[in-house]
Amino acid sequence: MGLFLFSPGDDPGPDFGALLRRQDPGPSPLLAGSPDPLTVRHGTTVAALRYLDGVIMAGDRRATEGNTIAHRAMEKVFPADCHSAVAIAGAAGPAIEMVKLFQTQLEHYEKVEGVALSLEGKANQLGQMVREHLPMAMQGLVVVPLFAGFDLRREEGRIFTYDVTGGHYEEADHAATGSGGRDARTTIKLGWQPAMSRDAAIDLVVKALYNAADEDSATGGPDIIRGIYPVVATVTADGYERVEEVEVAERFGRMVEQGFGGGGSR
Amino acid sequence: MTMPFYVAPEQMMKDRAEYAQKGIARGRSLVATVFDGGILLVAENPSRSLHKISEIYDRIAFAGVGKYNEFDQLRVAGIRHADTKGFAYSREDVDARSLANLYAQFLGQIFTHEMKPLEIEILVAELGADGRPDQLYHVAYEGTITDEDRFAVLGGDAETIAERFAASSVDGWSLDEALRASLQALAGPDRDLEPGELEVAVLTDTNGRRAFRRLDHEELAVRLTEPVVEPKTRTRASRSAAAAAAAAAADPPEDDPAD
Repeated sequence: MGLFLFSPGDDPGPDFGALLRRQDPGPSPLLAGSPDPLTVRHGTTVAALRYLDGVIMAGDRRATEGNTIAHRAMEKVFPADCHSAVAIAGAAGPAIEMVKLFQTQLEHYEKVEGVALSLEGKANQLGQMVREHLPMAMQGLVVVPLFAGFDLRREEGRIFTYDVTGGHYEEADHAATGSGGRDARTTIKLGWQPAMSRDAAIDLVVKALYNAADEDSATGGPDIIRGIYPVVATVTADGYERVEEVEVAERFGRMVEQGFGGGGSR
Repeated sequence: MTMPFYVAPEQMMKDRAEYAQKGIARGRSLVATVFDGGILLVAENPSRSLHKISEIYDRIAFAGVGKYNEFDQLRVAGIRHADTKGFAYSREDVDARSLANLYAQFLGQIFTHEMKPLEIEILVAELGADGRPDQLYHVAYEGTITDEDRFAVLGGDAETIAERFAASSVDGWSLDEALRASLQALAGPDRDLEPGELEVAVLTDTNGRRAFRRLDHEELAVRLTEPVVEPKTRTRASRSAAAAAAAAAADPPEDDPAD
């Protein structure tokens, strides 16, 4: 790895992705026209909602490979930079690679330019990465992220959802995606209120993931035997902060004591 | 047919060195030093936005003196090198030594092969971790690289400033002590430097993964007016000194015969 110097007309500027492409034109669209979709690891349900201090983002821990469980403690919620978070659903390999590139890109921009990108700019960047991934998505390796952050200029939390073409849409209050996204969304929709407290918001998002796991086989519920609970993180004016797993476990325990999670079949 | 004039290589190098030194001497100087909690970088720089000091990676900082456009190009190249390396391998594989070597090779190449040498001097600082010491690599305009132990001074008036600084430097001093000494060394006996004329940054372990932090003018003003607090524990830099003292205490030297 050398020193990358370019003439002014040819300089990639603060764009880390463009810098990487200068060195390596990128993978050729492999498996073109392959008849069977690959069986790869998939991450499943992630959700985000706005509350009083900013946004909360959460994801279950299961990764599946076809109809088998590939991983029980996968992380799907990541800090994108100090004031934003990204969660992933879809093919795990390319999704995690995309998050790594996104994190590097945001930090790279900040260091080269001396100021961080605006939240809108970050959301746009991620959209471009999803769009570049489209050829792979066409072959079944779909990656759909969820992006949320605290907008320091507007002083509020904001949430963005994506589709495979890289289109990004700002959501008013909450969003969920992945195989159990529909079920999670229903729970959040019923329980969401403007200006929720941190406690109420964490409880709601944990409930939403529980309900998603209840209905969707690819979504993992809380695993009390192994002590694996959903990843929950908050993004506020003070930055990204992961909610301790112990706290999530306690909250879940309290909810069960209060009679949550009934309604099984006879 | 015209014949090119013959210029002796010694003369050519001497001319280039003189040219580069003159260019560097026109700019203001910079001091970097190790303190008990990390590395301090202080530059005389009246601009709030055209930085001389910058973050390269988690534990690595860059500082440059001389022509702004020339060292800024190298700063960006350094960030690119570090980010690409960290992306391809792992964050812990990015180190200051290899970057400083690249800078040295590049500057040496330009100095010997191009018409005009770069009129810059740069510093690559890395905060030590897991028992590794802090590192300060000083790269001169012709590609000479020096590994400084406790402090480095870059710029036109480096020798005088380094003398002043060395006289006041103490092993394991606090941030405030180091900051004041840096200011006095940069300013000299005849003038005072205001916070508005300075660019100051630190690399410390208290900042989380990214160790680099700028001290803004307001924080500087507060730090420079408050009385200096003596550090309670001189841990980092004086570790060896403390170990030596402990060894001396455990094994007292024989009585001085002169007593």
